[in-house]
Amino acid sequence: MVNESAYRRQGAEPLIRLSGVAKAWGGATALESVDLDIAAGEFVCLCGPSGCGKTTVLNLVAGLESPTQGEVRVRGERVTGPGPDRTVMFQESALFPWLTVRQNVEFPLEVAGVPPRERAERAERYIRKVMLWRYRDRHPHELSGGMRQRVAMARALVVEPAILLMDEPFAALDAMTRDELHRELEALWMESGKTVLFVTHNVREAARLGDRVVVMGTRPGRVKRLLPVELPRPRRANDRDVSLIAAMVERELRIEIEKVIREELDDAWTPAGTDLPRDPGAHLGGGI
Amino acid sequence: MRSGLLLRAVGKSFARLAFGYSLSLVGGVALGVALARVKWLKDTVGPLVLGLQAIPSVCWLPLALLWFGLGEAAIQTVVVLGSLLAVTLATESAVKTIPPVMLRAARTMGAEGWVLWRRVVLPAALPGIVSGARLGWTFAWRSLLAGELLFVSGGLGQMLEFGRELNDMATVMGVMVVIVALGLASDQLLFGRLERRVRRAWGLDRG
Repeated sequence: MVNESAYRRQGAEPLIRLSGVAKAWGGATALESVDLDIAAGEFVCLCGPSGCGKTTVLNLVAGLESPTQGEVRVRGERVTGPGPDRTVMFQESALFPWLTVRQNVEFPLEVAGVPPRERAERAERYIRKVMLWRYRDRHPHELSGGMRQRVAMARALVVEPAILLMDEPFAALDAMTRDELHRELEALWMESGKTVLFVTHNVREAARLGDRVVVMGTRPGRVKRLLPVELPRPRRANDRDVSLIAAMVERELRIEIEKVIREELDDAWTPAGTDLPRDPGAHLGGGI
Repeated sequence: MRSGLLLRAVGKSFARLAFGYSLSLVGGVALGVALARVKWLKDTVGPLVLGLQAIPSVCWLPLALLWFGLGEAAIQTVVVLGSLLAVTLATESAVKTIPPVMLRAARTMGAEGWVLWRRVVLPAALPGIVSGARLGWTFAWRSLLAGELLFVSGGLGQMLEFGRELNDMATVMGVMVVIVALGLASDQLLFGRLERRVRRAWGLDRG
């Protein structure tokens, strides 16, 4: 159905490969037969309506869940659990409230057994990168949502993972903060050459950031379409071409979203553009 | 002489309390954590803990007396059983209400086993555990005095009982005032402060 091979880079083994991956919860199928290759250094956005299993895909690559069928491989090795080569950034910052900014960023290094001096140096480098050095001794609850996500970004990057997994990390932020963080994430990515898998339901965000947008369908969750985004970087949020791609993604998603709404709402709901008055007679003579 | 007697009684009661309460704090936190994380333990011991919590602590006394005879061990049993379950239940709920995303984040950063427990689960549950500890302290204090009433124990409870036997209303009222004052002081000065500090540091309370 999906012409995945067209995107497979010839010869080179992909960094991440999902083959025939399915995931079921009890009797319900969350994800059905997903094949996806992600090359090293690629920025891939997973975009789809709620319930399409995009977060499940991310969790499978993170090793937080295991597939019921098929397999996930990173650098040819089967994923069996979380690893230091893959870090995750969540929608809520998931920072530890009892630690300061600096201690939070040092935490993964500490767990990995990095000696204190090196730990401090690396944490400082990354806290400076997200421009929060001034706030290094503050606790998360003293920071704004945007600042917390910056700290979470520093914490995810400080172990210098090959792969950064992002699960709607900016969904809870206001539009302007989000634009700014998009810009910085893009810059960090261009500078570091990391591979990013970015989950979002925001089509504009997907078009703004991704080298490729993976459009996912629902009931059951699956890959519906792969859209390459061949636009020069750095991109701008309100760029015309970004909007065009976003519109394309949205068209792909429309059917899926309607499927979800139809299941969730009463029969009275009708898709946009078809909501003609049911009974024209009811309007005749109105307002006389 | 009178004030010497009172001070000695207070000292004796507090020494007992310190011992029994420490025991139920350690045991309660351990049991609470275990109940929150080990499914089969929750299924077996869980309902029992809830049920036993319904027993007022003095009701343990007859059993304790039969087990240990009239002595120190019986009082300590009452103190521990009176406060352990409150700490257990508070700890269990504190561990259970840790946001799952926090634990998943910890796992993706490589925290596992002992490190996950010590560095993430316990600190995350600390505000709830402190509230439980505070509650446990009040329960321990009450249980202790109930236990001490019954025999020659040398504590505040016994002094109260002496007052009754001698028809000495002044002593009875005096000891009661002391009990209230000590209970209030330890709760407010020690636990109230600790709880406020933890909650503030964790960002649960403002200001």
